[in-house]
Amino acid sequence: MTLSLTPKRKQKLYVLLGLVALAAIAVGLTLYALRANINLFFSPVQIAAGEAPFERQIRAGGMVREGTVVRNPDSLDVEFTVTDYVDDVRVHYSGILPDLFREGQGVVVVGQLHQGGHIMADQVLARHDENYMPPEVAQALEEAGYKPEDFQQKAADVAKRLEAEKAAGNRNGDGATSSSY
Amino acid sequence: MWAFINKLRSPKWFYAISAKLQPFFWVAAAGLILTGTVWGLAFAPADYQQGNSFRIIYVHVPAAFLAQSIFVSMAVAGLVYMVWKIKIADMAAAMMAPLGAAMTFVSLFSGAVWGVPTWGTWWMWDARLTSMLILLFLYLGVIALRGAFTSRDSASRAASVLAMVGVINIPIIKYSVDWWYTLHQPATFTITGRAAMPMEMWAPLLIMVLGFYSFFIALTLMRTRSEILRRESNKRWVRDLAGEMR
Repeated sequence: MTLSLTPKRKQKLYVLLGLVALAAIAVGLTLYALRANINLFFSPVQIAAGEAPFERQIRAGGMVREGTVVRNPDSLDVEFTVTDYVDDVRVHYSGILPDLFREGQGVVVVGQLHQGGHIMADQVLARHDENYMPPEVAQALEEAGYKPEDFQQKAADVAKRLEAEKAAGNRNGDGATSSSY
Repeated sequence: MWAFINKLRSPKWFYAISAKLQPFFWVAAAGLILTGTVWGLAFAPADYQQGNSFRIIYVHVPAAFLAQSIFVSMAVAGLVYMVWKIKIADMAAAMMAPLGAAMTFVSLFSGAVWGVPTWGTWWMWDARLTSMLILLFLYLGVIALRGAFTSRDSASRAASVLAMVGVINIPIIKYSVDWWYTLHQPATFTITGRAAMPMEMWAPLLIMVLGFYSFFIALTLMRTRSEILRRESNKRWVRDLAGEMR
């Protein structure tokens, strides 16, 4: 009884691997054919190119452009621009926004695209990116003038610097801890 | 090398060696999970945007890792069983399935709990969440298939083939966030350490991941041992063992 690949085992191995390969090809082709539907949302570029249907429930995703959020002080109505930094789409929404909603934040809006090119949203979801960091680090980065996209490259350095400052005992107050909320 | 793998064929040898390995993995699992939990929940800093709710990552990510790794292990064990007729491989695969299903559920559930405050919804039919749900159904399918046959051989073969074919879903889960637009963000935690989080958040997460893997190995060894005794209960060495204990 050895484990060497006898012709019989070899044949079995090939049959099984062939089976898996065929199944993989079938799944791959299916996913390729359905790729437009698997994407969760349309980006503003796709909407500008006319890929999104009008007057039907769609999802659009991108970043909330800085300085475009307009809130109605008397109601929950809010307007903002979703951008992929190539094209923009204006969104109207009435309702409660998720905690993470803010300018420069990724969002997915569910709603209908109207002829004017704006979206009447029924639901706004915040999208979180893969970057995690403590508030002090985020604060220090912002003060140093870095954009959120550059945060990660700098975060490690700043964390180290803060650590060193803490050790040296010259931290400038605890005010930095919570101010970015 | 061949001699070593050849020994794996012998349930008796596996039973003996796993007895020695098992305590090590149990201790490692308990130590790492305890350390990681306390460190992650109490000492790691809060996230700048999510606050404390980000701490769900310390359960969510290890569970999702295990859910996928266990399925791959099951598929490899299935291949080994089908080609080389090594029974231990089949026993181990059978014992892994429930833990894998549980881990898939934990990652889906913890993700939903995190999704409510972060995204504003607990579920969205995006590629990552949907492929993970399919993984849960694949696990349940493998478990059900094993129970559906009266002949153990047929059950093992059917479950092995389903595991091997189902493994196609694993790269889809992993790359779904890169291939398509999804609500779920790309991977934060990578072994290669393209750090998307600072060290003091990453270290406890690494400890938790290692702890979960140790737990998986320890539990699989333990369950495979009892499965060996169950399946080989009419063999001479098992009877001798039972006699010794009496």
